Amino acid sequence: MRADYFESNDTGRLKLFQSLRLDPPLTMALLLLTACGLGILYSAGSQNIDLIFRQLTRLSLAFGVMVLMAQIPPQNFRLWAPWIFLLGIVLLTSVLVFGDVGKGAKRWLDFGVVRFQPSEMMKLAAPMMVAWFLADKPLPPSFKHLAVALILVIMPTMLIAKQPDLGTSLLIAAAGFFVIYFAGLKWRVLAGFAVLVAAMTPLVWHYMHDYQRRRVLTFLNPENDPLGSGYHIIQSKIAIGSGGLYGKGWLNGTQSHLDFLPERSTDFIFAVFAEEFGFIGVIVLLALYVFIVIRGLVIASQAQDSFGRLLAGSLSLTFLVYLFVNVGMVSGLLPVVGVPLPLVSYGGTSMVTLMAGFGMLMSIQSHRRLLRQ
Amino acid sequence: MVEKQQFVFRRVVIIGLFFLAACALLWRAFDLHISSQVFLQKQGDARHIRTVAISAHRGNIYDRNGEPLAISTPVDSVWINPQQLDSKSEALQPLADLLQLNFTKLEKRLQENASREFMYVKRRVQPDLAEQVKNLAIEGVYLQREYQRFYPTGEVSAHVLGFTNVDDKGQEGVELSYEAFLAGKPGAKKIIRDRLGRAVDDVEKIQSAQPGQDLTVSIDKRLQYLAYRSLKSAMQKHKAKSASAVVMDVRTGEVLAMVNQPSFNPNDRSDLRPEKTRNRAVTDLYEPGSTIKPVTMLAALDSGKWKATDFVGTAPGYMRLNGAPIKDIRNFGWLSLPAVIYKSSNVGISKLALSISQEQQWHIYRQFGLGQSTDSGFPGETAGHFDYYKPVTDFERATLAFGYGMSVTPLQLTRIYATIANHGVMNPVSFLKQTNKPEGEQIVAAKIAKEVSVMMEKTVSSKGTGIRAGVINYRVAGKTGTVHKPKAGGYEEDSYQSVFAGFAPASDPRLAMVVVIDEPTAGEYYGGRVAAPVFSNVMMNAMRLLDIAPDKLNLGKNTRADKKQAVLSDNSGSVGGRV
Repeated sequence: MRADYFESNDTGRLKLFQSLRLDPPLTMALLLLTACGLGILYSAGSQNIDLIFRQLTRLSLAFGVMVLMAQIPPQNFRLWAPWIFLLGIVLLTSVLVFGDVGKGAKRWLDFGVVRFQPSEMMKLAAPMMVAWFLADKPLPPSFKHLAVALILVIMPTMLIAKQPDLGTSLLIAAAGFFVIYFAGLKWRVLAGFAVLVAAMTPLVWHYMHDYQRRRVLTFLNPENDPLGSGYHIIQSKIAIGSGGLYGKGWLNGTQSHLDFLPERSTDFIFAVFAEEFGFIGVIVLLALYVFIVIRGLVIASQAQDSFGRLLAGSLSLTFLVYLFVNVGMVSGLLPVVGVPLPLVSYGGTSMVTLMAGFGMLMSIQSHRRLLRQ
Repeated sequence: MVEKQQFVFRRVVIIGLFFLAACALLWRAFDLHISSQVFLQKQGDARHIRTVAISAHRGNIYDRNGEPLAISTPVDSVWINPQQLDSKSEALQPLADLLQLNFTKLEKRLQENASREFMYVKRRVQPDLAEQVKNLAIEGVYLQREYQRFYPTGEVSAHVLGFTNVDDKGQEGVELSYEAFLAGKPGAKKIIRDRLGRAVDDVEKIQSAQPGQDLTVSIDKRLQYLAYRSLKSAMQKHKAKSASAVVMDVRTGEVLAMVNQPSFNPNDRSDLRPEKTRNRAVTDLYEPGSTIKPVTMLAALDSGKWKATDFVGTAPGYMRLNGAPIKDIRNFGWLSLPAVIYKSSNVGISKLALSISQEQQWHIYRQFGLGQSTDSGFPGETAGHFDYYKPVTDFERATLAFGYGMSVTPLQLTRIYATIANHGVMNPVSFLKQTNKPEGEQIVAAKIAKEVSVMMEKTVSSKGTGIRAGVINYRVAGKTGTVHKPKAGGYEEDSYQSVFAGFAPASDPRLAMVVVIDEPTAGEYYGGRVAAPVFSNVMMNAMRLLDIAPDKLNLGKNTRADKKQAVLSDNSGSVGGRV
């Protein structure tokens, strides 16, 4: 198998990938996606070349982190998982105590030189921790282990929800839940869990912030308040719809270029893309994302130990959730939660986290045979 | 094995969920992109495509010789989009300085309009100043092209032309009555605008602006100036309350000049007050007094009871009708009919009026348009007052015969005199230059019109009341009037209107003119002393300007009257005129 993989493809480029321990299909897809992302950003950011350079810098950093992560064998992730998770919890707690306030929420820790968002770290730490906990337990896990795993998921989720950052806390809950799901969940438990979530909905509503409630209400009927909270979603639906089948063409979107579309280079960048490239473009873009997720799931299924399989599966599906939440939000399927379009939206932190996750996936894939060796 | 099966099942569930999520996104994209495309595209267009008006050039107004009286020049209005201004309004300080505005006031207005997207800062700024505003390059400050009306003759023809408001719509005078003709049709264009309302791009022109048509009015700028200058100096000399003068072309009914005092400057709207902007020549009513006597004379001749060579006894200078007295200024004795006019005998004209039937008297008044509008179309024109159906006593009939108990506008009176001058043919009044001779209506026989005209010529002689209306080398016919101003329940004892109405040259009349001076307070008040000199001055210059052939060249041997006139023209005369 190893020989088959290494020696049948003897082109130099593949060798380079292999020596860097990168997964060629995944890397190519990621490069293609980020390149598309830069193109859209150029249009969305009113052709500001400085914006592109800043994003390019971040991308290089993110790819660097990915390559770095790919070098680290999965066992090390497993070893470090509890410590990273602990550090994450401590940092999240201190954010709530000392954190910087930005846009009405405490999310940042200021270390003087760098500003740091501990919740980003938790996006990786939480699934790692749950995977670490469940990996050496008999699968499917017993009810006791399941309960502990649930607590491990809920702790960071609550801390982040308190910041408040509903989007990220939901993503982390999803990532943790996916690990549990992959570990094996009896249908009874799953059904019970669903009932529990349904029962807790009114409670969640009660504890939600006003702006979060407003977002949900707006989602249910954006035309209620077209100039206020419904503005984002109406403008973005118009942008997507006016794209039609083929789109208005690159740099020709009116909704975005005339400044009607808010947050157009960050959270709502999908609407810019949809307006300029139309339905066809959207299918192509979604196909690219789907390819990345499927490749991730393939890596998960080929992983050699439970930890790797659980982590890879969770990371891939979380990426899908990212996409689904963002596109769903922009197209009015879901309430507005601040989740960027992965690897395309302008902004640094989440991109580095995502690429670090892909680095882990590649590490799981590329260290496989060496382990066997 | 169970575990393995479970794992497979788990995988199917994952893939199923995955598939469902992808389908949901695709379905949504399809729904928005394809199914709702038309609706959403319309919504988008509604947000960024706007139709805006292109202002149209208003037609110019020219006088009968092509001289501009009202022209539209492009100007720029400065406006602000308060949404686009920085929160710091200090940026507007240079703008306020440049436009000489009070910065604090501007700031306050800006706060009041903070939620709007449009606010005028200053309208109608001269192009060079607008250029400087543009060069300031303040975000959110814009220029809008408009047209401003400019009136080269200023207050001289202010009343005739009227003026437009800040939106270029006619408000008074010719500007109002010919609004539809002068006003252009604003065009429309589609523009793309961004969220803050900034115009980004012109998409298409839906309709070009159609400029308004130019209008040539009947006014002769030179006569207008003449009349204005004379009237103003008379107004000042006699310390009068107000004054009006109208010059009409006898042959066509065109108004060649129409001036009033006090006047206003239509180029400076800061001082518009009704008492200044009113075109008194068409809106104000006066009792015509003695100036109506020629019309009564026409009625007497028209009845066939009287001939121009007849005499009427006026001794002892007064008479009593229905217990009320009618007086002349002295006992004239037996008067020929011309003398009734040129000596202005109230008793004489009363006897003539009472000798004919009321119907005969009323018929001629009606023919001459008393109590009826001239239908000139001038905004605010009044019809004057004459009640044809009220039963009257002999006393009232007599007073109507010399112009009390009825009222006319100066324009109406001018038309009456122009009709007499035009051999009894009444032309429609026109403020527009006529290219064809209008079809007038013969309302009295040319023969008797000529007879009355000859009678009125004597007024402007050493024997008559209006010698100061004379014009050297021209024969002038006319009639003076000195009218007691009415007050509640009677007449003022020492408050008068001084009137002179006449035409020249008498042998072949070209111009008719009426001068009304209201409440002269500098001592003199006889129409022959206050209003007649204005007539003389304007007519003398008008005859020369219009190149009208003299009809009284004496070639060296001046008559006594001419010598007297020459003396009077030197403004040194103190010869007693008569009412």
